[in-house]
Amino acid sequence: MATYKPVVVQAFPKLGERITQDTVYWRGYKTPVQIKEFGAVNKIDFSPVPPYNYAVTASSRIHIYGRYSQEPIKTFSRFKDAAYCATHRDDGNLLVAGSEEGSIRLFDINGRAPLRQFDGHTKAVHVVGFLSDKYRIFSGGDDYSSNLWDIPSATEIVSYSEHTDYVRCGCASKVNADVFITGSYDHTVKLFDARTKSSVMTIEHGQPVESVLLFPSGGLLVSAGGRYVKVWDVLKGGQLLVSLKNHHKTVTCLCLNSSGQRLLSGSLDRHVKIYSTTSYKVVHSFNYATSILSLALSPEDETIVVGMTNGVLNIKHRKPEERKEKSRKKRQPAYRTYVKGRTYMPKQEDFCVSKPVKRVLRKYDKLLKSFQSSKALDAVLEPPIRLYTPEVTVAVMQELHRRGTLRSALAGRDEKQVNLLLTFVARRVIEPRFTPVLVTVADMITDIYQPVVGQSAIVDRQFLRLQEAIGKEIDYQEELLEVLGMMDTLFATFTKKRATYLEENKSNGLTETIETNMNN
Amino acid sequence: MVAPATLRVVRCGGSTLHGARAVFSADSYLLCASGDFVKMYSVATEETLRVMGGHADLVTGIQLNPHNHMQLYSSSVDGSIKLWDFMDGIPIKTFVVGSKLLALYALAHCEDSVFVVIPKRGERDTFQLVSVKLTKAAGQDLEAKELSVVLDGVDASPKRIAFGREGEYVASVKDVNLQVYFFKQKQLNRFSVSATKTKSGNNHFTCIACHPTEDCIATGHADGKIRLWRNFYHKKEYTFSTLHWHHDTVMDLAFSMEGTSLLSGGVESVLVLWHNESDCQRDFLPRLGSAIEYISMSSDGALCCTLHTDNRITIINSNLRFSKSIQGLIKSTDVKTGLVVDPRTKALVLNGEPGHLQFYCLRSDQQLFSLDIVQRQYIHQAGLNQADLVKVAFSAQGKWLATVEEREEVTDPELQLKLWFYDEETQSFKLNTRINMPHEDHITDMCFRNMDELEDDSLILVTAGRDCVFKVWVMVEDTDPEAQQSVSWSCDFVGSYHNYQATNCCFSEDGSLLAVSFEETVTVWDSVTWDLKCTFCHPPGKIRNICFGRLTCSKYLIGATDHGFLCCWNLLSCALEWSAHLNVLVLQPDPLSEHIAAVSWLSKESSLFVFKPNEPRPIYIQRNLCKEKIQLAAFVPRDEPETIGSEKYLWLRRSQLFFLTDTQELMTLSTKSLEERLTPSSKQLAVEESLAVTPFSLLLGKHRRQQSQEDIDLGKLVVRNKHEQDSPAVKELLHTPAHVLPSASFLCPIFINSLLISKENKSAEEVADEVEMESEKTEDDSDEERDVTETEQEDTSPMELLGEMTCKLSKSQEKELRKIRKMDYSWISAF
Repeated sequence: MATYKPVVVQAFPKLGERITQDTVYWRGYKTPVQIKEFGAVNKIDFSPVPPYNYAVTASSRIHIYGRYSQEPIKTFSRFKDAAYCATHRDDGNLLVAGSEEGSIRLFDINGRAPLRQFDGHTKAVHVVGFLSDKYRIFSGGDDYSSNLWDIPSATEIVSYSEHTDYVRCGCASKVNADVFITGSYDHTVKLFDARTKSSVMTIEHGQPVESVLLFPSGGLLVSAGGRYVKVWDVLKGGQLLVSLKNHHKTVTCLCLNSSGQRLLSGSLDRHVKIYSTTSYKVVHSFNYATSILSLALSPEDETIVVGMTNGVLNIKHRKPEERKEKSRKKRQPAYRTYVKGRTYMPKQEDFCVSKPVKRVLRKYDKLLKSFQSSKALDAVLEPPIRLYTPEVTVAVMQELHRRGTLRSALAGRDEKQVNLLLTFVARRVIEPRFTPVLVTVADMITDIYQPVVGQSAIVDRQFLRLQEAIGKEIDYQEELLEVLGMMDTLFATFTKKRATYLEENKSNGLTETIETNMNN
Repeated sequence: MVAPATLRVVRCGGSTLHGARAVFSADSYLLCASGDFVKMYSVATEETLRVMGGHADLVTGIQLNPHNHMQLYSSSVDGSIKLWDFMDGIPIKTFVVGSKLLALYALAHCEDSVFVVIPKRGERDTFQLVSVKLTKAAGQDLEAKELSVVLDGVDASPKRIAFGREGEYVASVKDVNLQVYFFKQKQLNRFSVSATKTKSGNNHFTCIACHPTEDCIATGHADGKIRLWRNFYHKKEYTFSTLHWHHDTVMDLAFSMEGTSLLSGGVESVLVLWHNESDCQRDFLPRLGSAIEYISMSSDGALCCTLHTDNRITIINSNLRFSKSIQGLIKSTDVKTGLVVDPRTKALVLNGEPGHLQFYCLRSDQQLFSLDIVQRQYIHQAGLNQADLVKVAFSAQGKWLATVEEREEVTDPELQLKLWFYDEETQSFKLNTRINMPHEDHITDMCFRNMDELEDDSLILVTAGRDCVFKVWVMVEDTDPEAQQSVSWSCDFVGSYHNYQATNCCFSEDGSLLAVSFEETVTVWDSVTWDLKCTFCHPPGKIRNICFGRLTCSKYLIGATDHGFLCCWNLLSCALEWSAHLNVLVLQPDPLSEHIAAVSWLSKESSLFVFKPNEPRPIYIQRNLCKEKIQLAAFVPRDEPETIGSEKYLWLRRSQLFFLTDTQELMTLSTKSLEERLTPSSKQLAVEESLAVTPFSLLLGKHRRQQSQEDIDLGKLVVRNKHEQDSPAVKELLHTPAHVLPSASFLCPIFINSLLISKENKSAEEVADEVEMESEKTEDDSDEERDVTETEQEDTSPMELLGEMTCKLSKSQEKELRKIRKMDYSWISAF
């Protein structure tokens, strides 16, 4: 003998983004705080020591912001022209910045005037940074040279002029104090060792390089340029691991999250994409109002700061996670009563009396079980079910139709109830998952209440709304069909070009190229 | 015993159980009429203890002998009433009535007669209730020609006649008429209800039951009402009250033993218990699975059992609690899924309960389990359109199961394709993917690509639909590597051919080619690139079945058209190899050999042809397989290859062929002779072994052991020529309860004689036979009779009665008895 089987409420796959752990994690930010800067924000750098203040370089100023401050805590404004790339030292005490006039300045984070000034570049210096031994600075300038400076003496140690175009990005290895890399508009990324006279390795990116990044391990190098983000294996002599093409405009900045599990890239197409560093697939993406120039994540992913071309600084803070504790407190006693006696292990001579598990049925199921069709329909037309879980309402309607009692359940209703029904149908009939059932329902309602049309203004209005909704949907479908037709002709012309696309994936034998399609 | 036996068609899976009401014996056994047999089940264990065969046709009624509760009367369409000792499964007497018997009633106060329903002579479709005088004469086979008509114009159904309290009156219903006949007064009262026709049906009588202690008759009607008639001694002043709950036909009624409550059942598959004959006090036992056909109560009122239309027996406690269910092969109304073999359990898989898939174990004749596919509440209501299972396919190792369910709808059918994954932990199938509307129209065929070694990653499912396309479904792994590793199915390719409906699909043995038939054309596709390779066609006539050859014949593709042609195409030369004119209904390749079985339907009989695709001449033909149309067939692999002597039947060596006819009978072909099939089952001995240990049995057991040791020591050859007849006498003597045995003085000479036979010549044996116990004679006769029926059956159709009762003893039993005899003989000589 079987027990009553509850109505199956069809679960439809959620359209659009799928909820993964990543989406949950990256959505856990508050609404952003926007701060207007004087010009395009070209660099954001977090101090590596608490309280994790961050330096924002925009126009001719460097602002230092505190964690939750809307106003800058401190400003460095001793630049005649634009300042570039203000970067903290590992201990958070010093700050270095390049400038349009070609000089590099070193500041104490608490002071105001520059401690040192390094002159040597003939053109603007867009990239500066500390080597990991803390006593040297590397820089790259629009004069195609990459230089290395000694901080105590404020002198140039070595100058490499191997690039053939502007040097716009760079980064120092955290593992080896002598190694740094620079990327240039000549489409190459060069790896320099301070102990040698020339570059150690050259990587062809293929596009003007906008940003480079070394993994904390130092083994992997990420370069961004054009629409591509490419990951290279440095230890294998600069072999291409993955080429990612998820943006449709130039990628301007790269950043790793604190755990090193995720790679973030910002682009002029107004998106920040987050990749998993194991699969190099996009796991999440953020959307911003304007093109993105710079991007930084605070330690523990507490804050995401994004700088835009129009000078807006966008700051997102993580939501505090406190809610869980509250709910746990509430549940505790209930759980204990539930568990009471369950842990008892019966002994051999014990006689077990098992109690059948009582299944709790929903109200509509109870009514359907006793074949009360009209009441079951009433139960699912109550506001919480009707509004928040329309799939339940539709599932019950379908079940009634299956039982052949839908017509009698719909019939014999007063003005208010008919109004309610029609509102529901008119609102939901255009949803593709409900359409097959609700069309039948609408059909029956019009059939049943046809004789009373004209007696009630409210019901008449609802009928008109229903008609309107269906009319709109028909127009929409027609348009879609037209688009489909157009696309078919386009695809028909495309099919011949398939062969060339495949060639693009070819590299040397060991390289595996993953071409991920654009998500947005 | 490798005799050149002929191939015989054997019915398996049991026959329909609803020939008559089931009967509870006094000591908690349940007796049931099942086809030509009477089956005995144990109420405690649900086990089939005994199958009593002897009738040559359907058993239509069984009743306990009111004077001896260890005996059972059974009536059959073959015109005989048999009296059985059901504890031993021995027929005691056979009364030949002569005409068809359609129902049987036995009453306590009629000492020597029973009531049967027989067709009226000379008139069609009119039946009469007669009482048959059962003569007390000695002998087993008796004529019972002393008939006296009690009621005329009764209905043939056994549910429509009932006997009143203490047999004072008999009531019978037919159409809208109720007639009551009082035996003592010899008065016949007729009542009728005015025929009305409502939406739910007419108010014809469907069943009747009489109150056991009061003068009250309950009748069930086709419109769902139950009427309680009282005061029917008077022709005019009778009264009746109405109970109404059922919305459809009341199928059966039964009063409880004290008459305080009434049980009713119908199409709704709800057992309703009416208290005190009032309309408001009632209890329900809902969702019994399928329509209730018969209700019967045990004599102590503790149990009640319902027989259902789908061949199931449900045993219910007196407090209306579900207790047990006895089920074999569930007979659903229409087997749409076909016969499929589960590769894991080798069970036959087909439609079971509505919306369920039943796994039926052929070896143990048991349902292994029932898998709920549709997962919706089934509403037992006639004319309701509900989702049912239509297609089933297993992957090669049984790891994946694909099912298609559909709901017939005028405008657009509701279709669902479900893919189930076998979960090793829970040992059952788990739903993996559900696809709504996989095709826009009905799915006609479905198959997996069976790649034995590469099951996991290259599994492909193909569905063919009436919407002119076939679709290829593949497993895709979840894209997110950090989510829990799971796979789901999605559509990979959609193929079509000239906008014809796709009717069949089939993969070649190595999985490299897919054949899809589109109405008149068979298309062959490459299963890697999904390119159309070639097409075959044999106009006129649409393709009905296709299959690829196997093993050495894998280069052939076989197709059958509905214009009666069987064609074989060579895939290498892309040409027709041969064709034959044959109206093939079923085409079934054997998975373990090259053989292909084709079942044809020609002029009201089905014939079987077994052939190899590489030669146009069939290697085996069996004409006149059965009278019914065969719908489905399946090869079930045997556990171990059978030794088959004849060259002709070698194709049956590794797998067994099963058929399902359109009357839902499951049949198979067997080379074994009748005796071999009827192996002495351990079940039969179960009763004997459960006997209490008495001093006598201990003594006997000791002697037996001694004897067997002696046997072994001497290495005696057991002589077994003419003593077979004696052993039942001894057995009878030892097993019949003492109170039913004749006097000892009567038995003694028989007993001694039977023991003496072993040393005497034939004449003595004949002498002994003359004074043999009558029970033994009954058995002898029944043996003879059975032989007659067998030969008759072989004349008419080669169908065999499965589970033909074993009246003959097994070898081991004979051996034992012989030992006893020897021992006793020495004792007598000493005396």
